[in-house]
Amino acid sequence: MGKTIAEKIFDAHRVDLPFPDTHVLKLDAVFCHEITTPIAITDLQARGKDRVFDPAKIKAVIDHVTPAKDSKTAEQGKILREWSRKHEIKDFFDIGRNGVCHAIFPEKGFARPGYTIIMGDSHTCTHGAFGAFAAGVGTTDLEVGILKGVCAFHFPKTIKIVLNGKLKSGVFAKDAILFVIKELTVNGATNMVMEFTGPIVDEMSMESRMTLCNMAIEAGGTCGVCYPDITTVDYLWKYIKDEFKSKEEALKEYSKWVSDEDAVYEKVYEYDLSNLEPMVTFGYKPDQVKPVSEMTGTRIDQVYIGSCTNGRIEDLRVAAKVLKGKKISNFVRAIVSPATPEIYTLALKEGIIEIFQEAGFCVTNPTCGACLGMSNGVLANGEACASTTNRNFNGRMGKGGMVHLMSPASAAASAIEGKIVNSELFE
Amino acid sequence: MKTFSGKVLFLDRSDINTDEIIPAKYLTEITKEALKPYLLEDLSLEGFDPKKDIEGKAVVVTRANFGCGSSREHAPWALEVNNINAVIAENFARIFRQNMYNCGMFAIELPKDTIDYLFNNYKGKEVSIDIDVDRDKIIVKADGKYEEINFKVGEFDKTLIKEGGWVDYADKNY
Ligand code: SF4
Repeated sequence: MGKTIAEKIFDAHRVDLPFPDTHVLKLDAVFCHEITTPIAITDLQARGKDRVFDPAKIKAVIDHVTPAKDSKTAEQGKILREWSRKHEIKDFFDIGRNGVCHAIFPEKGFARPGYTIIMGDSHTCTHGAFGAFAAGVGTTDLEVGILKGVCAFHFPKTIKIVLNGKLKSGVFAKDAILFVIKELTVNGATNMVMEFTGPIVDEMSMESRMTLCNMAIEAGGTCGVCYPDITTVDYLWKYIKDEFKSKEEALKEYSKWVSDEDAVYEKVYEYDLSNLEPMVTFGYKPDQVKPVSEMTGTRIDQVYIGSCTNGRIEDLRVAAKVLKGKKISNFVRAIVSPATPEIYTLALKEGIIEIFQEAGFCVTNPTCGACLGMSNGVLANGEACASTTNRNFNGRMGKGGMVHLMSPASAAASAIEGKIVNSELFE
Repeated sequence: MKTFSGKVLFLDRSDINTDEIIPAKYLTEITKEALKPYLLEDLSLEGFDPKKDIEGKAVVVTRANFGCGSSREHAPWALEVNNINAVIAENFARIFRQNMYNCGMFAIELPKDTIDYLFNNYKGKEVSIDIDVDRDKIIVKADGKYEEINFKVGEFDKTLIKEGGWVDYADKNY
């Protein structure tokens, strides 16, 4: 009987099976940010266990609220900063070099095929795009990860999601994943690994695969995962070129982390997305999804382009293509937050930042910011935002605010119209 | 080990997410106690008033997929500092469920029929629940009567409940 990629990763990392269905795995990386890690650090200190299992395998960033907006967020940054220095965590990204965790860590080559990764953040599932098992955890699991480099999981049941056909122009990974979440519901993949495969995924860039895997958690998934292929190797090449003689050799090695043909799945879903239209959410749950065409004309007050879902260079390029030479409506305000300094720099070089500014966007530094309603674009009561983020929960972007999730193309087009519209440019 | 008995708070909705349990803006707090006043502040549930309805409750009974959304362990903590150490539901989001056991708290899953039964028979009444950890039973008390309902919990989860959490266990064993 064949194995899924998640089963192969579990087999290669299991250090103990202390109870039935309790798999303690060795971790290849523990990622940290300043919202959930400081409380883990202070707890470890209080227990007299202020140690780290391996400073080279711990990566830390200040990203959620940066630069700090008040004394409390300054304190959180300070705890993470001082801890990183004390334990000589060299991959610590502070203000000026920091970006959204699930964008900057892959960009630095920290997510690799076959890896086990945890982080105190639910969207850690993003890193599965590289053929890794990457899962969000709470503070206690994070503490144990930091201290011992292990984490316990139940055996990963896997569902396979095959995306057939070819996406139309103007339809993106974001539209595909919104559609999948609508089909599965917010509880449809709970406790399961979501394996994304099929011709559409094969064609996708790493950025798009990350968008896909990023939202696995919105269907309840433990991790999203894509098979490593030559696209993965190309993306990682600058970091792995000393490990392998050639790209072919790297590809051969990484092919270990692909599910067997006869692997057993909990369920297989096949969708032909050739006729998929741009999608958008309409309620407070990420499975409340409709085609944008059915929401045309819906009032918005703000547009937000950024986050770990859609703040990458590919996303900014798409939005800039829509915005070029146009102005945003007088009835909206618009914010773009390139997800990392590298993305920001590229966007500057390519003239994308200029297009955003000429259109009337506010360009902010890389940060999570408005995505979780803590800074840089919090909504007022009763306001609505067209957003490229991943969560539309009640109050997410500010108390009493409504978030409509959509692709960067749809968000940019909606900024110009001042209400929700389909992006004509790509049709 | 924590205590698992007292009055029941019925939350008659599925998919209650972590932003509803404790909004993100309170994640800058660095003590658990500070979360106390904000539990379920943003819950959209008709007739629910967090200011009145939480006080004095010790067990939550709810529907499916409780705790979906973010990984914040602040969600179990916000319950814990309000003396709620057990949630009973049809099922839970994975991270939330693990966080509960990692904190030595109960996240008990019961079949849909049983959850429906609890809502149909007890919602709106003065009900209390005791969880008998050794016998894997929930004892529901109302109107001077009581009944017992069996539940299942894995060995790992039970060990965490009894040993008071995962940090000490892992530090000892790995
Ligand atoms: S961008 Fe939003 S979803 Fe992503 S890590 Fe930051 S707060 Fe979380």
